[in-house]
Amino acid sequence: MAWGWELLRAFVGTIIIFSAVAFIAVMFGVLLERKISAWMQSRLGPKHVGPQGLLQTLADTVKLLQKENIVPARADRTIFASAVVIVPLAALLDYVVIPFGTTRSGPLIFRDLNIGVLYFAATSSLVVIGILMAGWGSNNKYALIGGLRSAAQMVTYEIPIGLCLVTVALMAGSLSTVTIVNGQQHLWYVVAQPVAFLIFLIAAIAEVNRVPFDLVEAESELVAGYFSEYSGMRFALFQLGEYGEMFAMAAMAVTLFLGGWRGPVLPPVLWFVIKLYALIFVFMWVRWTYPRFRIDQMLNFSWKVLIPVSVLNLVVTAFFVVAVHR
Amino acid sequence: MSGEAIAFYLLAAVTLASAVVVVTTGNIVHAAAALVPSFLGVTGLYILLNAEFVAGIQVLIYAGAITVLILFAIMLTEGGTGLAGRQRNEQAAAGAAVAAAIAILLVAVAGRTTWTPEPGTLPSYTPGAIGQSFLRQNILVFEGTSIVLLVSLMGAIMIARREE
Repeated sequence: MAWGWELLRAFVGTIIIFSAVAFIAVMFGVLLERKISAWMQSRLGPKHVGPQGLLQTLADTVKLLQKENIVPARADRTIFASAVVIVPLAALLDYVVIPFGTTRSGPLIFRDLNIGVLYFAATSSLVVIGILMAGWGSNNKYALIGGLRSAAQMVTYEIPIGLCLVTVALMAGSLSTVTIVNGQQHLWYVVAQPVAFLIFLIAAIAEVNRVPFDLVEAESELVAGYFSEYSGMRFALFQLGEYGEMFAMAAMAVTLFLGGWRGPVLPPVLWFVIKLYALIFVFMWVRWTYPRFRIDQMLNFSWKVLIPVSVLNLVVTAFFVVAVHR
Repeated sequence: MSGEAIAFYLLAAVTLASAVVVVTTGNIVHAAAALVPSFLGVTGLYILLNAEFVAGIQVLIYAGAITVLILFAIMLTEGGTGLAGRQRNEQAAAGAAVAAAIAILLVAVAGRTTWTPEPGTLPSYTPGAIGQSFLRQNILVFEGTSIVLLVSLMGAIMIARREE
């Protein structure tokens, strides 16, 4: 009954990943975002629910759960409802290959796939299908424009992300995330590959649709973009997908460039969390500091700057890797 | 029935059922969206065959890129709905005949092949092995594909430039 065991493991794993992402990444992430934005703008932020406003997002979630699900009259009901499932699911799938730390019996990871990095690229590219379906299914011009922008943006920014992943895989000689972390025992790849790290960070911000690349949901032009028409728990699920994807991207950046769980004195899991939240802070810092790009500027920036630079970086890295191995 | 067989039948059912939706639905966006479960079912079959790398590429290219491009193209035409165009034509009979012919051919070939029942050693599907085969045995096919892609890329640029 090996497969029955495997099925049970997958079931339990899904529940664990879902609740961890929902509580740690999304609820705490939203609170952090509001607190950090308040701090940057000399405000107080949420303050009333719980100590220092800690329970604010929990209260918001309960509120959203109770709200009515409104479907626009001329929306395509099948597409409208199924888009809600795809976005958070694609975000949750990312977490399968992220190593959070080590225990005595080996690395703390749901499954150390031998195609880990490729798997991450593949699952994170599924989000855009959900976004396109949400935009089209809503039967709303703002939602549709948001969906189309998202497709153009994600297809464009997947390429530099993919090239950075390949560069790191070349350095480590493996696609497995655990092997990549083990390869950074002496030197973090952020030191060896600063250009790839910078490109990955920029492209990751674009891939998760955050300012300065948030044209998908630009409030001042598109209401809320592709999820304008969603209400209640469906809206909350899109938020879960977005924040889940952001945390997954940050966790992948930690794994690939910042030595994963490695660090002195403190336990490995704690190191991972510290590095993860440091990167999340950078994401939020960027969001509340920079104005939004125009869509043509953004696409040009990827095609004419990021992609050529990352291809060049890949070729140079490949040359050095081959030269060292010879 | 072993777990592997159950998984195979489930995946095959998902693949075929969504493929039927793709060809029969009257709504072109539904057809494009139904491609996703079909592609993911095929991915599962690849994983059952221990071809993880091919499975990863299948999701990345087909589910993540091709479907998105199809949806994108539909939404850019006809005021973004894609519902005005007719989804059927008068060639259903010819199409059915061709499909039946291919099915007969496949069944005949599968019936005549001697399948080795005992497990053998799998060919390696690692990225390294695939790269080696691209640049050694299959280099002609590989380069041929690149030329086809290059030509279609140039064609797209030509069409886009003419409109300006």
